[in-house]
Amino acid sequence: MAYSDKVIDHYSNPKNVGTLDKSSKSVGTGLVGAPECGDVMRLQIEVDDATGLIKDAKFKTFGCGSAIASSSLATEWLKGKSVDEAVKIDNMDIVEELNLPPVKIHCSVLAEDAIKAAINDYRQKNGLEELTFEQKGVH
Amino acid sequence: MQDMLKLPIYLDNNATTPMDPRVLEAMLPFFTQHFGNAASRNHQFGWEAEEAVDYAREQVAKLVGADAKEIIFTSGATEADNLAIKGVFEMYASKGNHIITVTTEHKAVLDTCKHIEKVGGEVTYLEVNGDGLIDLTLLEAAIKPTTVLIAIMYANNEIGVVQPIKEIAAIAKKHGILFFTDATQAVGKIPVDVIKDGIDLMAFSSHKMYGPKGIGALYVRRKNPRVKVTAQMDGGGHERGMRSGTLNVPGIVGFGKACEIARLDMEKDTKHIVVLRDKLENALLELEESYLNGNKEHRLPHVSNISFKYVEGEGLMMGFNKNIAVSSGSACTSASLEPSYVLKALGLGDDLAHSSLRFGLSRFTTEEEIDYTIEAVRNTVLKLREMSPLWEMFKEGIDLDTVEWAHH
Repeated sequence: MAYSDKVIDHYSNPKNVGTLDKSSKSVGTGLVGAPECGDVMRLQIEVDDATGLIKDAKFKTFGCGSAIASSSLATEWLKGKSVDEAVKIDNMDIVEELNLPPVKIHCSVLAEDAIKAAINDYRQKNGLEELTFEQKGVH
Repeated sequence: MQDMLKLPIYLDNNATTPMDPRVLEAMLPFFTQHFGNAASRNHQFGWEAEEAVDYAREQVAKLVGADAKEIIFTSGATEADNLAIKGVFEMYASKGNHIITVTTEHKAVLDTCKHIEKVGGEVTYLEVNGDGLIDLTLLEAAIKPTTVLIAIMYANNEIGVVQPIKEIAAIAKKHGILFFTDATQAVGKIPVDVIKDGIDLMAFSSHKMYGPKGIGALYVRRKNPRVKVTAQMDGGGHERGMRSGTLNVPGIVGFGKACEIARLDMEKDTKHIVVLRDKLENALLELEESYLNGNKEHRLPHVSNISFKYVEGEGLMMGFNKNIAVSSGSACTSASLEPSYVLKALGLGDDLAHSSLRFGLSRFTTEEEIDYTIEAVRNTVLKLREMSPLWEMFKEGIDLDTVEWAHH
């Protein structure tokens, strides 16, 4: 199976690889997937308390090229968005942007889940009610 | 010497091998010049083809210590596996309906056995030890009065582990059971002798030993005991009635030549390959948290299967697959998302199975290629670990087994 140029680009030059301080109140961390499924994503957002905008986003991913690309792309999209906007990122947007084939759609679902998990972690830390999402359940 | 290196590098020789130019040369006249049907008994074209097939049959038989009459040409090992298992099951139906095989067999054997179960047979699937070898006491304990066939591969296609064939054959003989082995990965790579090994039926294939694709063979013993299989295709009664269909003459000629070269060059090839394989393996095992899969001693000379923990196999391959071809036990591309059933049968966790690469060398592999591969794999593993949350957790001393993962 050939990868799209965009997947290759994100894989070769991943954006925003790294770790934010997960104990910080302004950082939300989402850890999704499982080693035995072959992919684990950790996505973190740092929210600017004054503006409510996501000022930084970092990821680390164990997985195939498409999983790495999906999380790299997600961090790019997250930066500069408000938390409310970030919630709206849909896995199909990732699929479209990266030209993921059907067998790799689960990678985009995982990225969306990671975003939501990070947002909920942030909300919970800041005394906000956690959002509930419907399961996409591709796995 | 880097300037002599030609990219991409092919290290997936357990999937298929490049054809040896000497094989191609032997085959060429049989496409356009000597194109006859080996079954045409009444003219020169047929005689030429038949003569070429007879000669090739000798070459094939000689490599495995068989008599030429015991070689049945098929389209490949999958067909030979089917013919052996279904053919014995049907031919010996009056004796019993039980077959013993192993969980790490190739799908061509496992799926054929599943078919046997659907048509009223009973199949025992033996587990393997952590090193991929079977336990002979478990094998003997699995034998029933109704057992007609033991089907155990010579060497495994993913990890290269070589089963104790002589011992298995002795157990089969003691109980009056036929012994079939899928020797696709072994023939042409290590000495295989159907008489010394005590094999009754054996499947093998040309394209794993530098011959053409689309041709393989089933060895069917003719003496002590005389074995028969029920044909699985109806037709002209070729191959002593066991496999109908016009013979693939150019393929057979190529297969014969490949067998001859393998027999004459095996020692030389093995020496060359083992040195390179060990160099590759030792260098990669120096990486932290990398593990060899399968028994190190009892295995093929040209395979190395290594897990690089905390890195996913497909992601790893992507780091160099423009320049190096290997395969992975990660099945991230398959619809099931299940990692290699062979590695799982060794008791490896899914995480290690997902993290594995199989390197398969050939007689054409060069030291420059191995040096390049070591460098590329090492760099990619290190790069991906920097990107891996699991690696970070491991380095922080977190036991990943205690983490509650968000399973999908």
